[in-house]
Amino acid sequence: MGLLSKKDANLILDPLADNNPITIQVLGICSALAITAELEASIVMSVSVLFVLGVGNVVISLLRNIIPSKIRIIVQLIVVATLVIIVDLVLKAFAYELSKTLSVFVGLIITNCIIMGRFEAFALGNGPWRSFLDGIGNAVGYAAILIIVGFFRELLGSGTLLGIPILGDPIEKTGLYSIGYENNGFMLLSPMALIVVGIIIWVQRSRNKALIED
Amino acid sequence: MEHIELFFKSIFIDNMVFATFLGMCSYLAVSKKVSTAVGLGAAVIFVLAITVPLNWLLDQYILQEGALKWLGAEYADYDLSFLSFIMFIATIATMVQLVEIIVEKFSPSLYNSLGIFLPLIAVNCAILGGSLFMQSREIASLGLALNYGVSSGIGWFLAIVAIAAIREKIRYSNVPPALRGLGITFIITGLMAIGFMSFGGMLTGGDEEVKDKVETVKVEDVLDDETIDELKEIANNTKKTLE
Repeated sequence: MGLLSKKDANLILDPLADNNPITIQVLGICSALAITAELEASIVMSVSVLFVLGVGNVVISLLRNIIPSKIRIIVQLIVVATLVIIVDLVLKAFAYELSKTLSVFVGLIITNCIIMGRFEAFALGNGPWRSFLDGIGNAVGYAAILIIVGFFRELLGSGTLLGIPILGDPIEKTGLYSIGYENNGFMLLSPMALIVVGIIIWVQRSRNKALIED
Repeated sequence: MEHIELFFKSIFIDNMVFATFLGMCSYLAVSKKVSTAVGLGAAVIFVLAITVPLNWLLDQYILQEGALKWLGAEYADYDLSFLSFIMFIATIATMVQLVEIIVEKFSPSLYNSLGIFLPLIAVNCAILGGSLFMQSREIASLGLALNYGVSSGIGWFLAIVAIAAIREKIRYSNVPPALRGLGITFIITGLMAIGFMSFGGMLTGGDEEVKDKVETVKVEDVLDDETIDELKEIANNTKKTLE
């Protein structure tokens, strides 16, 4: 850790577990739930948020002394919207199918509360380098939950990971299917995303009693 | 009929919270008491009813491919749809600010009940999501856009009031400690979403039946033999002349 002091390293490590944006701060739930039926979509979404949050935090932090506090929300929205348009155009150019699956949820990164939340809570009061680390840390914490949810939903729901069959072929009855295993199609439906996140929260809070509410 | 269908579809089948998870952040954060939930829900209906039609106009007359035709023929080729995110969010942020100022001036009592929620709403995914879904579902007219805004707002209102009521009651239940608060709210919302899925058959079921029938209609059923023969003759003649 020659590059990072201990305080800086904590900026990245904290949001991974004990201050996770989704399970503890309850930010950015919308997109986390809607697109996690496939692992690939979750990964692309995470990378998009990583880019927007990392760059956005730096930009806001550089502008923090110039923005009048009354119009800061609009300035923040414009910065995010510009970054999201870049992400959207890149996705449309290089991964058209995937951008169809993500549909409006790429656009909804703009109103993803993690981004506005980090701008307000961190970037407005800290220098660019620390803001960058904070952005990356929170985006990785967000990504971790997305990837866990996407992993379980795709594995249990369609028996594949990133589109590659893992548990055998359900039609020719090979692998696990030969002993009577069935895909749980319910995992692909939207309500299961909520329940999977609920279970993640349950597991996390049972392991760390300090996080339990009331 | 179109209006009624869209109305019920947006409230129950495509419910913003349960089907598309829009506005989950404020849904989870502001659902501890029914009274505040009602306030926020009402504010969402209000803002959606204003911003969706407004963004519909923007989309139709500025952003869509060829939408600038009304400026003159030389503008017909422009496609500004890549700007829609920034235009929509700017409209929403300005409108929310404007509504806040107007309500504060003319109706202080309404401002007291809605006012504190309005700034929260500018960054609520449900509002931007409403406009983006309006764009991607190609809502056909201004009236339908207004209908879509109001009805999806009502759907969101229903969802947040319902969860707030449940959370008020669940305080007296013995939930496992690690699941208290956020965890159980997620799981209840999931169960409610499963419940709302049962509305899915309300409209789509009927639609599919009609579609199947339309697809299986054959030419022979519609036209009598004479007309078919005539048409064949005409087709053959045109083929010959072309050759």
